[in-house]
Amino acid sequence: MTAAAARTMFEKIWSRHRILERPDGQTLLYIDRHLIHDGYAPAFEFLTARGLKPHSPSQTFATPDHYVPTNTREASEIPDAERRYMVESLAQYTSDFGVQMFGLKDQRHGIVHVVGPEQGISQPGMILVCADSHTSTHGAVGALAFGLGMTEANHILATQTLWQRMPKTMRITVDGRLAAGVCAKDIILAIIGRIGTAGATGHVIEYAGSAITGLTMEGRLTVCNMSIEAGARAGMIAPDETTFSYLAGRPYAPKGEEWDRALARWRKLPTDLEASFDSEISLDSSEIAPMVTWGTSPQDVAPIDGAIPDPEEAPSPERRESMERALKYMDLKPGDRLDSVAVDRVFIGSCTNGRIEDLRSAAAVAAGRKVHENVRGWVVPGSGLVKAQAEAEGLDVVFKQAGFEWREAGCSMCLGTNGETVGEFERCASTSNRNFVGRQGRNARTHLLSPQMAAAAAVTGHLTDVRKMLPGE
Amino acid sequence: MKAFKSLESAAAPFLPPNIDTDQILPARFLHKPRSGGFGQYLFHDLRFDVNGAERPEFALNQPHHRDARVVVANVNFGCGSSRENAVWALHDYGFEVVIAPSFGDIFHTNCVKNGLLPIRLPEAVVADLFARISETPDLVIRVDLEAQTVTLPDGSTHAFEIDPFAKYCLINGFDELDYTLSHRDEIAAFENRYGREND
Repeated sequence: MTAAAARTMFEKIWSRHRILERPDGQTLLYIDRHLIHDGYAPAFEFLTARGLKPHSPSQTFATPDHYVPTNTREASEIPDAERRYMVESLAQYTSDFGVQMFGLKDQRHGIVHVVGPEQGISQPGMILVCADSHTSTHGAVGALAFGLGMTEANHILATQTLWQRMPKTMRITVDGRLAAGVCAKDIILAIIGRIGTAGATGHVIEYAGSAITGLTMEGRLTVCNMSIEAGARAGMIAPDETTFSYLAGRPYAPKGEEWDRALARWRKLPTDLEASFDSEISLDSSEIAPMVTWGTSPQDVAPIDGAIPDPEEAPSPERRESMERALKYMDLKPGDRLDSVAVDRVFIGSCTNGRIEDLRSAAAVAAGRKVHENVRGWVVPGSGLVKAQAEAEGLDVVFKQAGFEWREAGCSMCLGTNGETVGEFERCASTSNRNFVGRQGRNARTHLLSPQMAAAAAVTGHLTDVRKMLPGE
Repeated sequence: MKAFKSLESAAAPFLPPNIDTDQILPARFLHKPRSGGFGQYLFHDLRFDVNGAERPEFALNQPHHRDARVVVANVNFGCGSSRENAVWALHDYGFEVVIAPSFGDIFHTNCVKNGLLPIRLPEAVVADLFARISETPDLVIRVDLEAQTVTLPDGSTHAFEIDPFAKYCLINGFDELDYTLSHRDEIAAFENRYGREND
């Protein structure tokens, strides 16, 4: 193959979905899967007002996650009428329009970005969208998956298509072995720390290298999930045997001969050897330590064994100012050790880290230990099936005996849209994806970290290097 | 969508880089009905203290910026969550133009779809704008979409780029969905052949 004919995985997926071009160079793309959640009431109201119906209900899948309580499965118990409407109207509209719904009482219910891969709805080579920025998660199966706004979601409901200008491509190669206590969350936090929160704006990232291909499917989902925190349009990983064995047998995955045909097509998806990217970045994974954020942007991140950085050492006056602002909000002092920072809350869950392997790794640290008396720890599984699996393995007992609250699936305290928030000036060690000002509640302070690091913080009462708590250490 | 051709207005400056959509519209207001308007929640926690009183240091609480229709912001404005409610909040408050060196991708798209004109100007130009607004808080900025220019009171003019189709939609208040629906046959033909081609 000549270099000119060589294509990236992104280009292969893009060209297969191209319907037509507009004079200004935008492309009308065909959308394979549209995942929808309980923020979609305005979209359905729009469709109804225009006298339109979903163009492809069979390619649309719904589950309420943003507004659902995680202490009950009864939507009728949501005390706030406007939030209750968001959840109940999704059930009504999907029923009216014949859209598959995984409702609160269905075990398949969960966070939309956990449910999609879990059900085999998200597949290699597809274009998958959702009005939620963490849709980049699904790129882990080798799909082009991205978030969008509600007007674009209206457009997709009405036409199953979307206008897009072709983004640029970026390859991030992470090679080497991961040290003990280091996981997918640490890889993506290290990447964001390196390239910054706008480092990949306008780009689709393909993650590659032995540290990425060595990850399980769930680890890959965590990495792709946070692509948006580096500004990227999407993140993706080439499908391989790990992907195929993960998808085989899932409810919405192809079966029988269809599976064989799909597999033959999926094997052609990976980026051609000679294809080139608009930009290339590489990291050595053996240098990555367990990471934790200290500021109010995911790029404000450092290894747990380090100190809180000093704004005086910032590379520019602007950066110094934003570091000072972040440290003031976080109530932290430059030079203090990160592992000395005491926490009030611990949140284990979200579309980033609410899957079974995340819960297993947190439980391994929590087992036989007690949540610190000053800490309130929550475990919120990413889906009803994750919860059931965890209970089958006895992880719920481990968490409960340690003193964690074991809850129902939902987005919960990642952003608190359902009312479950971190209190004012409380500090939360969180496995979620954003440490923005006010993200987990007004004046709440968030430290992003991995599930095992979150469990370690819960039992010691402060940010802690989990490597010191692992067996054999 | 309301058409936009040009305007002359005071500007409100928002200096910090990387202002995310959680700050523009905090998550706890996301479930509010669109009909009630989101302007009241715009920058809520920066604009009001915990008792609901205005924070005097915040731009929108200062007399010269209160009725501004142009936002001047720093790099990566609107990063983070895809919530279109952040754009609705700016729009409902009365803003029609957002000037910044760069934007979050989804936010930028959401602006265009709601008749809010996003303008990218070089960092140095925006830094100069901040300085001028600080000196002259009621500085009037003229934005002309047809000519693709931003003009300051001293006559200095900065050209900006915009996607031609986005420009057409903004100037005519045109809904993209109508355009796409006029291509129904091509979409149907694509669906007919999609998945049947020799992969």
